[in-house]
Amino acid sequence: MLDILGKVFGRDELPSKDIAKERLRLVLVHDRATVSPQFLELIKEEVIDVITEYMEIDSNGVEVSIHSLESSVALVASIPIKKMKRAIKAV
Amino acid sequence: MGEVIVVTSGKGGVGKTTTAANLGTALALNEHRVVLVDADIGLRNLDVVMGLENRIVYDLVDVTSGVCRLKQALIRDKRFNENLFLLPAAQTRDKTAVTPEQMKALDEELKLEFDYVIVDCPAGIEQGFRNAIAGADRAIVVTTPEVSAVRDADRIIGLLEASEMAEVQLLINRIRPNMVKRGDMMDIDDIIDILAVDLIGVVPEDDRIVIATNRGEPAVLDSTSRSGQAFRNVACRITGEQVPLMPLEIEEGFMARMKHLLGFGR
Repeated sequence: MLDILGKVFGRDELPSKDIAKERLRLVLVHDRATVSPQFLELIKEEVIDVITEYMEIDSNGVEVSIHSLESSVALVASIPIKKMKRAIKAV
Repeated sequence: MGEVIVVTSGKGGVGKTTTAANLGTALALNEHRVVLVDADIGLRNLDVVMGLENRIVYDLVDVTSGVCRLKQALIRDKRFNENLFLLPAAQTRDKTAVTPEQMKALDEELKLEFDYVIVDCPAGIEQGFRNAIAGADRAIVVTTPEVSAVRDADRIIGLLEASEMAEVQLLINRIRPNMVKRGDMMDIDDIIDILAVDLIGVVPEDDRIVIATNRGEPAVLDSTSRSGQAFRNVACRITGEQVPLMPLEIEEGFMARMKHLLGFGR
């Protein structure tokens, strides 16, 4: 809708400040996350704590990292599962 | 006991030295005792912005290395009675000539004599930055409304928080109301939203800064300069006074208003 309105009034693109803000938002997510490796380590430890309540995992094989995609930044966690706990299956 | 305020930014060219000079001068005009410390060793500039470049005998490194006493290196700015002094940076040395511990000791000594110690920090995040922030009680982070400057400000704010700086405040410099109005420049809210930090002031882009710097007379001395007014407001906020942000809209000229009325505007 905004696009159409914009076109009617001769503005076919976003105001450049919105582009600036969006680009900054993304780059800062990445900057802030990469500033401290301890930050990722902290997340990793807490993720392991939560997951082990539900399944048996290989905590040495857990990898947590930040990935930049085209228009977003994602926290990617790879958690190798050793065994599922029976209690969870029952739910 | 005075307060040490470091003016910093990360990115170069956003107006740290201009800010330090104007805030120091405005505080001195309000009868506070102020010393300006140029911590940009090797790239000294606060002296020329203040118009005091011909009066330098000793510099900061002479003081920290014991070549002279602190009192001998302080240049009194004769325009402000006994209220404003400058401690110039060394020009022929580099940032490693001083340690954070030495800067801290220097700041402590200056705090005994002055109400405000304004430290002009070099660009970057290396030793010069670490020296400049070492003894500071408060940091004013200067940014312009540009992607690169805001990004660097974010990094600096992170480093200041990590070093447990008691107070960190943002000064948005060189904002251009016409571009903000057109949607081609981030506005105050956009920047505060991104950086999540307290704001101490907003200074509009102003040709008079160039003229003031040419002359070596800070813009706060010019009662008709809008940036000068903005810096005077920031100086009042530093001392705890509540001063509202000044409106950024420029009075439209007669022709612009006529155009607007006739529907030719924008």
